[in-house]
Amino acid sequence: MPLHRFANPGRFMRLADRLLPWTGGLSALAIGVGLYLGLFVAPPDYQQGESVRIMYVHVPSAWMALFVYTCVALASAVALIWRHPLADLAAKASSPIGAAFTFLALVTGSLWGKPMWGAWWVWDARLTSVLVLFFLYLGHMALMTAFEDPARGRKAAAVLALVGFVNVPIIKFSVDWWNTLHQPASVLRADGPSIHPEMLWPLLAMALGFKLYYVSLLLVRIKSELIEARLRALNRVAMASAPAAQQGG
Amino acid sequence: MVGAALSLAGRDLRLALRQRSDAGTVVLFFVLIAALFPLAIGPAPDVLLRIAPGVIWVTALLAVLLSLERLFLADFEDGSLELLALAPTPLSLLVLAKCLAHWLTTGLPVVLAAPVIALLYGLGADAFLPLIGAMLLGTPSLSLIGAIGAALTLGARRGGVLVPLLVLPLYVPVLILGALAVDAALAGRPATPHLLLLGALLLAALPLAPLAAAAALRQAVE
Repeated sequence: MPLHRFANPGRFMRLADRLLPWTGGLSALAIGVGLYLGLFVAPPDYQQGESVRIMYVHVPSAWMALFVYTCVALASAVALIWRHPLADLAAKASSPIGAAFTFLALVTGSLWGKPMWGAWWVWDARLTSVLVLFFLYLGHMALMTAFEDPARGRKAAAVLALVGFVNVPIIKFSVDWWNTLHQPASVLRADGPSIHPEMLWPLLAMALGFKLYYVSLLLVRIKSELIEARLRALNRVAMASAPAAQQGG
Repeated sequence: MVGAALSLAGRDLRLALRQRSDAGTVVLFFVLIAALFPLAIGPAPDVLLRIAPGVIWVTALLAVLLSLERLFLADFEDGSLELLALAPTPLSLLVLAKCLAHWLTTGLPVVLAAPVIALLYGLGADAFLPLIGAMLLGTPSLSLIGAIGAALTLGARRGGVLVPLLVLPLYVPVLILGALAVDAALAGRPATPHLLLLGALLLAALPLAPLAAAAALRQAVE
């Protein structure tokens, strides 16, 4: 697997610097197009009217919450099995982003639920399992920083991420397995999307934009982790050589 | 191999029996917290009956959570965990043995104390058996899943506060199913589906949780 080439921090930083303008620019473009199509061009819902437009933020955020957790679990597996040095850095960097998307999904869902269902929150299967996902993210972030040795924290968090992955299929199929207030799947279904194309395209554009935003943010955060590690190493070298210089001088 | 695991469980049980107060503290906590709710909410019997399944399960959860920290801590601090990790017996089997001892000293006393709480809440006889059955099926899963959390936080700063944060999201299915089983019995419906699902969770946790906990323990002793 050629990915071990990018375990070299310098090589990774150069790759990241080349990729970032593209992912950032395309992300802004996709989100812009998605918001324009979703807020102005797409038709209002026959039942919900204009407030259906929250969907163009709520659904991509929810997709990202699950996607990022899957990425964290994948990175954790790679870190534990192949011990790729960037894998657990990627998991550490992704987790807060995923938590933010989950929070966004919960809040926008709540704002949508109040006019639609009459309640800010209901304890149905989908909402409860997404709330559990949010707590799993927070636990992952807390475990990561709970140890004096950062490498131990990353490895422990990797095990936790894999254990919690069982929640992801539960969330996806919760609307099929249980009697939920949340509507069933209309896009990723066995029979294909049941949503109108005029609403599907803005949704997909926003999803693409959010994914590229995640990739951009991930690259920036991994770069900053690597720079931080380099700073720590430089500090250690400086502190080790300073007393010797004082004695010699 | 199984003999080694059983002797580890026996040693843990002997240690726990020497400090009988630990198991007693867990049961006391369980009964005390469950007794607080009627004092706060008022003695109306219909309200108490309505909240009884939930309260019993949540307090059982918290009581088990209280004792999880000590599952591996003593062995970690005196170095016997490293010896256990180096032993020829698979570490996951040894973790299973420790979970068995933990359940016998924490989960089982909680199950035995549950009828007392049921009495305090006026739970009828038709809900008793499903309650005991659900707790017998659920509390071992709590020990097993809790072992993962205890193993992950060994040597962490403020590990005691971290274990609930890690373990409670994973406890949610057991909690929901256990409370639903008693609710169903109270409503006259069969509790069997929920009990079967609890059994399925236990059967899934029995092989998988020790594997995850063993992986976490190896990281702690490396």
